[in-house]
Amino acid sequence: MPTRTQLLDDRAIGRALARMASEIVERCGGTSDVVLVGIQRRGVELAGRLQRLIEQAEGAKVPVGKLDITLYRDDLQTVGPRPVVGETSLPDLDERTVVIVDDVLYTGRTVRAALDECADFGRPRRILLCVLVDRGGRELPIQADIVGSRAATVPGDRVDVFVSELDGRDAVELVRSA
Amino acid sequence: MTTAVTALGKDLVGLEALSREQIQLILDTAEPFKEVSERPIKKVPALRGKTIVNLFFEASTRTRISFEFAEKRLSADTVNVGSQGSSVQKGETLVDTAKNLEAMRIDMVVIRHGSSGAAQFLGSRIRSNVINAGDGTHEHPTQGLLDILTLRDRFGRLEGLKVAICGDVLHSRVARSDIWGLTKLGAEVGVCGPATLLPRNIQDLGVTILPRIEDAIQWADALNVLRLQLERMQAGFIPSLREYNRVFGVTTERLAKAPKDLVILHPGPMNRGVEIDSDVADGPFSVILPQVTNGIAVRMAVLYLLAGGSPDWAQAAGKGEEH
Repeated sequence: MPTRTQLLDDRAIGRALARMASEIVERCGGTSDVVLVGIQRRGVELAGRLQRLIEQAEGAKVPVGKLDITLYRDDLQTVGPRPVVGETSLPDLDERTVVIVDDVLYTGRTVRAALDECADFGRPRRILLCVLVDRGGRELPIQADIVGSRAATVPGDRVDVFVSELDGRDAVELVRSA
Repeated sequence: MTTAVTALGKDLVGLEALSREQIQLILDTAEPFKEVSERPIKKVPALRGKTIVNLFFEASTRTRISFEFAEKRLSADTVNVGSQGSSVQKGETLVDTAKNLEAMRIDMVVIRHGSSGAAQFLGSRIRSNVINAGDGTHEHPTQGLLDILTLRDRFGRLEGLKVAICGDVLHSRVARSDIWGLTKLGAEVGVCGPATLLPRNIQDLGVTILPRIEDAIQWADALNVLRLQLERMQAGFIPSLREYNRVFGVTTERLAKAPKDLVILHPGPMNRGVEIDSDVADGPFSVILPQVTNGIAVRMAVLYLLAGGSPDWAQAAGKGEEH
């Protein structure tokens, strides 16, 4: 039986997101020219929340986009096509500071694909990476700029992120096979 | 070079062989591909390094260009081969041509051929994935899929939708793909045309026969007006083109008597003034150009799904999502 341990509850996620929102504003020196880009699926919801938190604190609504990296993956041959490809819709990225938002950072391959895809939509001035959970285990030289929480994991573990918009509750759980 | 069995099987020969779920998977996969063609850089790297041969033994503008755009927008490398100017003229057989292409390590063949069954014949003899782009009077599955996608876009549903296929059903591979696909997805299909241009026992495919064009216009939610395939007709099917237009032509006057506004499809190329009047083809209820746009998305979806590995792996990978 795999064991399931809660890493963050809804209040911890709320606190982490509030801090991440203020870190984004701090690192970008304000909100002008900032674009949040959520990676499908749960990155999109998290980007929407960060947008609202930034608006509450700064009174400015930064644009939000969504990115589906499925067609930029490097494993079509070995893993096969994903069942359904999600929507990509991005605001203008040229000369903006793009903040890529995802739920979990693991191998770094998703982020590599997201960087390639962003480059096909424009030329951002700068790209930052913002993740709710960094679980280590990178296979590429990629690191996050803004991290909600770090989790010590081993290969074979799974980190599940639940968001109320899709899952009815907010939580981060570690699933470890016995 | 390995041949992967995918969610669609190895080849796409026709919609007859696909399940309702497989057809729905293609339609759902086509949705995000529509957006790729609207991007400033209309290209994604999904099929990078794949080599695709477009083997067209019959004339084609729309289908060949549409496949080529679909392949290029997925970053595949493509080669076009026609019967003119190739070894086919020297008498090389279809299998020999394909085996020689395969010896050059290609991954997929898109084939259009005048003989019904050519795609299946080829698919069973080579390891590359084969996609049927029209074989004789058998099937033209990607055209059927783009018709169905366009109808789904327009009506938001297919279940219970009444689609009349009008004209030269006998010579139409599009009609067969439409009938298989639409009936599997719960739509009702009618066929309408001169008795000489309706295949014998067509009702065995579960379609309603509508003897007059007026009947089709009363009955249907959408008309798919087929091209009169003059090049396939030996004499005697119709008295004259003018007579055909007078009795079976889809005209504004006839459509004015319809109980509702009918959506008009046509697979192209049109014989304006024969099976369809220009006012209708260019009118507000025509989806003939959206069909062409959807053709690229549908073909991208088919190429993408056939290029991947087994569906079991895809499901397994979906559970342990990489980050």
